Amino acid sequence: MFSFILKRLAVAIPTLLLLIIISFLLMHAAPGGPFTQERALPPQVLANLEAKYGLDQPLWRQLASYVWGIVAHFDFGPSFIYKDRTVNEIIAQGFPVTLTYGTVSFVIAIIVGIGLGVAAAIRHNSWLDYLAVGISIGAQVLPNFVMAPLLLLTFTWWLRWLPGGGWEHGQWEYMVMPVIALSTSYMASIARLTRASMLEVLTSNHIRTARAKGLPEHKVILRHALKPALLPVLSYLGPAFVAMVTGSVVVDFFFSTGGIGRSFVDSALNRDYAVMLGITILVGALTILFNLIVDILYGWIDPKIRY
Amino acid sequence: MALLDIKGLTVRFDTPDGVVTAVNNVTLSLSRGETLGIVGESGSGKSQLAFAVMGLLAKNGRATGSVTLDGKEILNAPPSVINPIRAQKIAMIFQDPMTSLNPYMRISDQMAEVLVHHRGMANAQAVAEAVRMLDAVKIPDAAGRVRLYPHEFSGGMRQRVMIAMSLLCRPEILIADEPTTALDVTVQAQIMTLLSDLQRDFGMATILITHDLGVVAGFCENVLVLYGGQVMEKSPTDPLFAAPSHPYTRGLLSAIPRVDQEGEELDAIPGSPPNMTMEPKGCPFAPRCTYAGEDCEEHLSPLTEFAPGRFRACNRSLEELS
Amino acid sequence: MVIDATRMKDLGDRLAEGEVKGRSLWADARRRFFRNKAAVGGLVTLALVTLLALFGDSLAQWSNEEIDFTIMGQAAQLGQPSLENGHYFGTDDLGRDLYSRTLQGTRISLMVGIVGSFIAVVVGTLYGAISGYVGGRTDQIMMRIVDILLAVPFMFVVILLLVMFGRSLFMLFFGIGLMSWLNMARIVRGQTLSLKHKEYVEAAQATGVPTFTIILRHIVPNLVGIVAVYATLLVPEMILTESFISFLGLGVQEPLTSLGALISEGAKTIYYGTTWQLLWPLAFFVATLFSFFFVGDGLRDALDPKDR
Repeated sequence: MFSFILKRLAVAIPTLLLLIIISFLLMHAAPGGPFTQERALPPQVLANLEAKYGLDQPLWRQLASYVWGIVAHFDFGPSFIYKDRTVNEIIAQGFPVTLTYGTVSFVIAIIVGIGLGVAAAIRHNSWLDYLAVGISIGAQVLPNFVMAPLLLLTFTWWLRWLPGGGWEHGQWEYMVMPVIALSTSYMASIARLTRASMLEVLTSNHIRTARAKGLPEHKVILRHALKPALLPVLSYLGPAFVAMVTGSVVVDFFFSTGGIGRSFVDSALNRDYAVMLGITILVGALTILFNLIVDILYGWIDPKIRY
Repeated sequence: MALLDIKGLTVRFDTPDGVVTAVNNVTLSLSRGETLGIVGESGSGKSQLAFAVMGLLAKNGRATGSVTLDGKEILNAPPSVINPIRAQKIAMIFQDPMTSLNPYMRISDQMAEVLVHHRGMANAQAVAEAVRMLDAVKIPDAAGRVRLYPHEFSGGMRQRVMIAMSLLCRPEILIADEPTTALDVTVQAQIMTLLSDLQRDFGMATILITHDLGVVAGFCENVLVLYGGQVMEKSPTDPLFAAPSHPYTRGLLSAIPRVDQEGEELDAIPGSPPNMTMEPKGCPFAPRCTYAGEDCEEHLSPLTEFAPGRFRACNRSLEELS
Repeated sequence: MVIDATRMKDLGDRLAEGEVKGRSLWADARRRFFRNKAAVGGLVTLALVTLLALFGDSLAQWSNEEIDFTIMGQAAQLGQPSLENGHYFGTDDLGRDLYSRTLQGTRISLMVGIVGSFIAVVVGTLYGAISGYVGGRTDQIMMRIVDILLAVPFMFVVILLLVMFGRSLFMLFFGIGLMSWLNMARIVRGQTLSLKHKEYVEAAQATGVPTFTIILRHIVPNLVGIVAVYATLLVPEMILTESFISFLGLGVQEPLTSLGALISEGAKTIYYGTTWQLLWPLAFFVATLFSFFFVGDGLRDALDPKDR
């Protein structure tokens, strides 16, 4: 098991480095530097600015110091727009917020999604099954930027139950709508996946064996069917987690939660490449970390992979 | 009284292409310690017969008729009735040992759970019992290998594990559904020898489902020949081999390669098994039967005893066949 | 939205088998597809939406750019759907005809979906087929590249690209195309691996047919089933992606619009009571997505029949 994890790490680390390098080169391929503005700066000012940010150095040097900064000090460098703030500070402000509502959404999506999927599969072709399938298909085509205003309209404008926005250190009433908006479609996907794979597993030979042993149905499901049924769900979790971070762009917009999505959109509007890059790399790193965890979980569930 | 009594068992499946009748009005009985072979080509309904008895039919399958164990009706029984019977009274081993064991669980857990559930044993005790049973099916180093996963065993070893698992609760009936079909020929012989030894030692009644008459000859006291879901012939083994009473059985026997008759060509039965979506009418074997007349398309004589313990279902008399 | 990987694999297994079993596979599939009510409904809806998007303009009384100055500024009061002033779906906040804009947005969204899917089919199929067929070290390197690219948060990269290189339809297609082919390549590679050892491929190899010809003549045609299913299911995903980008204001540029852009405009103004601005484009959006979804699912079920 240990060597299996090491092997996965050996893949993950170069992937991360490559991601950083590609993103960096992409930024450099962009037409116009970060200081290209409507009103051209005097050449002397521009030169000074470029010297300050190290842009006068040869490309490989810039790349090396950027990568080194990230790897050694976890330092994404200064913001190109806000002269007094570093990328780290900007990320540190929004990231904990996103991580909080993202994690809550993620956990709820997994628990409810798997529960709904399993229930639908066990009660195949019952009203519960049709309801679950209906909800999950519906939720998948309703984008979260439609979901969010509908929630606001219902809970804030009509019912006046929940505050319309803000974060307030993550008190629950500020968290409800972001979490619903963010988790619903992933919950639906997870439910659909779980249902399909559970139905598949329930027809497999080893489940027939388990039934022939005289085990009651709930033991057949929990002990024998659940693990293999969750394998396809597991491989979906990595992309789902990333998509939730992406979704924070929408959540931050509608609920003013001030997460990392807000910073990303702001930096995109301001052409603050340093911040955009920093966030992209951070999300990429999270993806890689998540895929690593999923791989390890895979190995834990499926004994054939482990060795 | 017979241990297991099956009367008029019919199994139908709802499929997109119509209703399939897999088993058609089968009647048989099994007494304590008896070994019965059920023989038929693939698709003849022999496995579905066993699944119906165990209550393991797929969701679109419906069974009608009657199956009684010690006089108690068990066909379509609710879980509270059938679950205690499974493994404890009737155990089953399956065709494909590669997929019939749970690939995600250690052998020890898979075996122990049977005893923990039915006998209320503690886990450690149950594992110890599992090891004893693995010893009994001649798995070398059973104590060491019980903690392994199924994929770490060869096909033959896995089938031994399957057999050991089915015998844990000392069932009165063992149903073996093509236990050697998926295995190498040399391994097949070992498994059959093992099953035969175990049957003698444990004394359980055994139903051996197979398409291989050769396997039946060495193992079973009685044989039931199934075609198109219907019983064609039922007989003690030796007289059946000596003088098969049904054209289909004759076809099967002449299709067995024999070492003592070198150089002769094998007689394959012409044609292929019937399309089971048709509403069964007449004799299912009629289209392939050299003796068939027009009446065979219309109806089939019921199973009748023509010699002590020997039954046949055929419109032609024995004289007409000779 | 997610395309179920396990079921794609099952389908692959089934199709790889089918090649041996005979030619009734496609005829059977067609029969099963047309018996599937949801799939046929999806196909009909899709045809209607497409026809409306292509030819519905002839019914319009306003173009998608014209501003109705009698309504401008009072969209909430005067802009609701009405047959009298010719705004069948009402107007947007600027007083532009929502009917024309919805049709035009549907055209763009369909185009984005189909082009994204097309790029995935061409690039993904060739990449996957080559990787799987050549095998060995080449395969390992090619698949490692896909793995690395899959770890890139593409939504962010597309936004990065659109910001840095400016918004344009080309950049949008490029960005979406960039991410759409990755999973296709993986699926095709897996399928190629199982096709590779079929007798007819080995026969071609034995008679000295060049590798690339084998890939084009023998591998690619047998990938049609799985590729068709995946491509159909990919279209709604591409449309969703585009709608997200449009929500950020980085999609197609005015006066052009897309369903995603219309929906996000409608969603932002919903508090003023202009619900039609959300509901009309949303109805087209949902209908289109559902249709592709059901058609794709129906295709898959038709090619890989199983009771579930």
